[in-house]
Amino acid sequence: MKTLTVSVVTPDGPVIENNYDMVSCKTESGELGILPGHIPLVAPLTISGVRLKSENSADIIAVNGGFVEVRPEKVTILAQSAELPSDIDIERAQKAKERAERRVNSGASDIDLMRAELALQRAINRIDVKEKA
Amino acid sequence: MASLRDIKSRITSTKKTMQITKAMEMVSASKMNKAEQNAKNFVPYMNKIQEVVASIANGTDASHPMLEEREVKRTAYLVITSDRGLAGAYNSNILRNVYQTIQDRHNSKDEYTTIPVGRIGRDFFKKRDMPVEHEITGVADQPNFADIADIAKQTVQLYTDEKIDELHIYYNHYVSAITQEVTATQLLPLTNISSEGQSLTSYEYEPNEEEILEVLLPQYAESLIYGALLDGKASEHAARMTAMKAATDNADELVGDLTLKYNRARQASITQEITEIVSGAAALE
Repeated sequence: MKTLTVSVVTPDGPVIENNYDMVSCKTESGELGILPGHIPLVAPLTISGVRLKSENSADIIAVNGGFVEVRPEKVTILAQSAELPSDIDIERAQKAKERAERRVNSGASDIDLMRAELALQRAINRIDVKEKA
Repeated sequence: MASLRDIKSRITSTKKTMQITKAMEMVSASKMNKAEQNAKNFVPYMNKIQEVVASIANGTDASHPMLEEREVKRTAYLVITSDRGLAGAYNSNILRNVYQTIQDRHNSKDEYTTIPVGRIGRDFFKKRDMPVEHEITGVADQPNFADIADIAKQTVQLYTDEKIDELHIYYNHYVSAITQEVTATQLLPLTNISSEGQSLTSYEYEPNEEEILEVLLPQYAESLIYGALLDGKASEHAARMTAMKAATDNADELVGDLTLKYNRARQASITQEITEIVSGAAALE
């Protein structure tokens, strides 16, 4: 059976490179499932978990920003940061979440609010991914 | 002629200095290796993003403010220097270059602004009363992307908000452990996205080109800044290593000279003592 080579790349180096049967991720315009043989595609990703499935295993990666580039045999995810569940520090994520929540509720100015919301999303995403793994 | 004791204390102090410079040399060497590794890790990301940007920018007629030149009213210079000195000509080369360029190109302070990275650069511009838009100090020796994401974002934001119309970046490009080159590139607007040597793929865009560019271009610009910073860091450690090696060599030479002087002085004093004793004995006969 055909497989997809998936590589997740961040500015700090590659995170994962492996063969999978299916990739499902959340793009800005909705959920996207990719199987081998997909037409070339580029789509921006939201802060979310990317699920990578192969016959007998499944991985999930917390992705922050970035986009996915699809070719028939290869999927590349370029993100500002990407973490495997084993790399996520759940306590730190919890603290970041609380901090971000406080900032969101404090009624800060537009830019600060936007940043706090992004930070909150990232923290929630990390916790989510850790729990699902 | 200096006394024996004076020479001896100079030898000791030079040797102590040598120990320090030698230690610094080794520290810089290991930091340089790590920085080189970081720069290498970054390459796949940069290549990929460049490839995608190039195929979108060249393959479609989608437009984006970051791709278009506009009338230049204000230019920003992002200058990457180090926080600490003792790195040979690392900082002075780059600052001289920037200063010269600014003097040549601009008549008044309203036409440009600077964004120095590193304390040396900041102090340089502040002392000369030049405008400083943002300043970034205390960047780690092995920066990771999260550390500079904010800075890069703010800088790109300046362009988006039309506070600046051009962004140039100055840094030392790491050629090898002994050569670093001052490099100046225009970062924004992105007019020279090369697609040489790459096979351009025609992609489907989801939802459409414009929105992809909206996400992609700022990310691209940020990663260019990050790349320059990594390159600059590698150069900094290399420059410091070379400088410290030169200092150690010089100290070694100095210790050699001083030891020779010391031995001469010692011999002279022994000769003198013998002469004194002999002449004393001769006087008694």
